[in-house]
Amino acid sequence: MKYALLIYGDESSMGSTPPDEMGKMMEGYRSFGERNAAAIQAGDALQPTANATTVRVRDAERVLTDGPFAETREQLGGFYIVDAAGLDEAVDLAAQIPGAHTGSVEVRPVMVFEDAP
Amino acid sequence: MFRREAGRAVATLARVTGDLDRAEEAVQGAFLVALERWPTDGVPADPAAWIYVTARNRALDALKRESRRADAGALEALAAPEQPEEPWPDDRLALVLACCHPALAPEARIALTLRHVGGLTTAEVARTFLVSHDAMAQRLVRARGKLRGAGIAIEVPGRGAMTARLASVLATLYLVFTEGYSATAGDALVRRELCAEAIRLARLVAVLAPDEREARGLLALLLLQDSRRRSRTDASGRLVLLARQDRALWDADEIAEARRLLAGAGDGPYALQAHIAAEHARGTTDWHAVAALYARLGALDPSPVVRLNGAVAIAEAEGAQAGLDAVDAAGRLGALDGYHLFHSTRAELLRRLARNEEACVAYGQAVALATNEIERAFLADRLAALTP
Repeated sequence: MKYALLIYGDESSMGSTPPDEMGKMMEGYRSFGERNAAAIQAGDALQPTANATTVRVRDAERVLTDGPFAETREQLGGFYIVDAAGLDEAVDLAAQIPGAHTGSVEVRPVMVFEDAP
Repeated sequence: MFRREAGRAVATLARVTGDLDRAEEAVQGAFLVALERWPTDGVPADPAAWIYVTARNRALDALKRESRRADAGALEALAAPEQPEEPWPDDRLALVLACCHPALAPEARIALTLRHVGGLTTAEVARTFLVSHDAMAQRLVRARGKLRGAGIAIEVPGRGAMTARLASVLATLYLVFTEGYSATAGDALVRRELCAEAIRLARLVAVLAPDEREARGLLALLLLQDSRRRSRTDASGRLVLLARQDRALWDADEIAEARRLLAGAGDGPYALQAHIAAEHARGTTDWHAVAALYARLGALDPSPVVRLNGAVAIAEAEGAQAGLDAVDAAGRLGALDGYHLFHSTRAELLRRLARNEEACVAYGQAVALATNEIERAFLADRLAALTP
């Protein structure tokens, strides 16, 4: 069986977390990744919701909204990690997902860390 | 002092580095260097190019200092040309397209465009939104953060995507203009500057995107609306109906420029609205022609407000009863109940049909819904004239 592990948290506390606590958390993620490398197929940190764009397609018309505005009756039903040249290309891909025609697809950029290899 | 030139340098640096914050910072820094050196060294032959090269070097230095891995691409792009390309490319179209990207909230588009393409200061943008400087600064930081973080490219899209992306730019500029023209609140001078800024930016877009006919349509529309600004209110600030305006006050140069633009502006929604405005700018308005233009506009934009305006033209062309029928048909589409002009239009037509009691009720609803002081005073006058 494959499982998606979805990490929720209060992003507004990110900026105010003291550096040593932040370092401890990052170390926690690093060691989790190392210990479970065999099980982990893919995973990434996401940029804050302020940089999210929600894509809906209705009557072949593409509607973009600034922010992560899934309606309350919509629940997370799946995800893709895609490689795109920029937001326009990512939105083009999102608009092709059948779910964008009935629900919505949130396009959230993946976080790039300064010291990533 | 070099607001216009600064905009071009910021646009090119933003495109090359993909970072609007960095571009603004580098160009501001270059101006400080100029303030220091030009008084003693003299003004260079091409001040704009000097500013650009100085800003580019500052951005390059800053990037090298930080040497962040994520910026490797930008560093390479900046270091590549020893001299700026000749002729220096105009990247302001790419910048305005990015600032008006549909993934940004509409207010963020207006703020970014005024600040970075129009070159207004943060304080000036804050005044037009009637918010504090700090609130606007924060809003701009967040919007620029999304531009950079979400990967909104500062580039001109391919032909296929251009018209759709430009539509968002034109809608934004139209909002800037209407905010200045029919403001619900605020200082008259700021409002006037906002209209002028919207026209300046629309002209820039029309020049930079010559294949996009709607850009010319929008510019024509703004010029025609602006041409009537001096006759819209009387000496005491009261609203004057179009039919009673003093045509000698209309700006003939703006009207003439708009007519020239309309010759090649096609028949998109902005061009059609401009054609309607141009019809009103003639000596006597041909209301049948106006009603026909509204019918074409309604086919492209089936909104109740367009239907309502079309109904006004029908009233003038065919009489008050035909007009009232059309107004009520528009009202049945819904969404007009809370719109003061719907009620004031009904009231005026009912008055012409000598149905005074119903007219008073409709005027009362219009007065209750109007938010603009000038409009409210106008409607209250009409109501008072009908009340026995």
